[in-house]
Amino acid sequence: MADTMQFDLVSPERNLVSVPAREVRLPGIDGDLTAMPGHAATIVTLRPGLVTVVDGQGTATEFAVTGGFAEITGDSVSLLAERGHARADITQDIYNEMMRDARRAKQAAEARRGTAGEEFVAAAAKMLGDMEALGTHVGLDPNQSTVPD
Amino acid sequence: MPSLKDLKNRIGSVKNTRKITKAMQMVAAAKLRRAQEAAEAARPYAERMSAVMAGLTSAAAGSEGAPRLLAGTGSDQRHLLVVLTSERGLAGGFNSSIVKLARQQAETLAGEGKTVAIMTVGKKAREQLKREHGQRFVHHVDLSEVKRVGYDTARGIADEILDRFEGGDFDVATLFYSRFETVISQVPTARQIIPAVIEAGKDAGGASALYDYEPGEEAILAELLPRSVATQVFAALLENAASEQGARMTAMDNATRNAGDMIDRLTTVYNRSRQAAITKELIEIISGAEAL
Repeated sequence: MADTMQFDLVSPERNLVSVPAREVRLPGIDGDLTAMPGHAATIVTLRPGLVTVVDGQGTATEFAVTGGFAEITGDSVSLLAERGHARADITQDIYNEMMRDARRAKQAAEARRGTAGEEFVAAAAKMLGDMEALGTHVGLDPNQSTVPD
Repeated sequence: MPSLKDLKNRIGSVKNTRKITKAMQMVAAAKLRRAQEAAEAARPYAERMSAVMAGLTSAAAGSEGAPRLLAGTGSDQRHLLVVLTSERGLAGGFNSSIVKLARQQAETLAGEGKTVAIMTVGKKAREQLKREHGQRFVHHVDLSEVKRVGYDTARGIADEILDRFEGGDFDVATLFYSRFETVISQVPTARQIIPAVIEAGKDAGGASALYDYEPGEEAILAELLPRSVATQVFAALLENAASEQGARMTAMDNATRNAGDMIDRLTTVYNRSRQAAITKELIEIISGAEAL
């Protein structure tokens, strides 16, 4: 068994990261999980959070994603995220933008509460909560972004 | 017979036109390269997405309670045509061929007694469809402020489509855009996005059985279908951007060549007239001298 696997972080616009990794820690929607070489083939949806990639030398790199899904096979992890940033690259501005999107999604969900159902609103609220937690975790202020009109 | 001065002015003006079309051609060539790179870069995401979708949908399509985005509303009475064009003209037949395809489709559907609604993206579709199908317009997306098509643009359009679908405004949505084949060939294409069309041929059946899904397959599918609509809109926008520049490049190349031909022709006429004038003057002088 190879001791590394291929890790790809893909956004709709381009391939963001493509590196070999020894383990990848993912924020799954039902809880965090770690993928290592030889992991059972799985497709898992993600919540907003940090993805940690540990390379062959044991160095960890973190990426913030705003949800998406990951395709895990025995020798690769492909993460499809609408937005992904290396933790070091996240500025308050980028984070504000993410928060604004999440708030907007929640507003839209609340506006459609009648047709879409309570579950939908709860999901959007959870998403916003996860996003806030992500900001606090990397040391950014979740309250700076203003709710769009 | 135009005067020499007129001819000279004419030649000058055609030369200016040639300069402009030449410049536009070169700008289009540079933009085309960028558009192609963007389309290239977006491919991995779209491919993975459709591979996963293929695995999921083949399993879910037959089952009871499949999401409406996949199974449809059970009717195909109301259609939404999403016509993607550019904001600018001077790109050969690029916009008109997309609009023509959409118009044919609209007329066929209307002829079958179905309800047709049209959503236009880009100014050109709106202008060209307004006269005949203006009453069918339901929404317009303005791209004039968009410098570079990004995923956000696509998601905006997709959200608009999905909102209308959730609101029960239509049963079937089709995208009209131009598929980029080569610089000289762009094919106007209609692509149904709702309900989702399952792409056959990718060893979907075998692959899907191997995966574990967390949460369940249905939950993932419900999450993925709206994303897939956005991805398809994004892919169409990128193809369109590349096609537009390709079409413009070819059109401007032709225009530059035509201008060159015209300059040659006019120059010949100009030289002939000039010589005729000189000859005429000489004859006048000689016959004047002889008369003395």
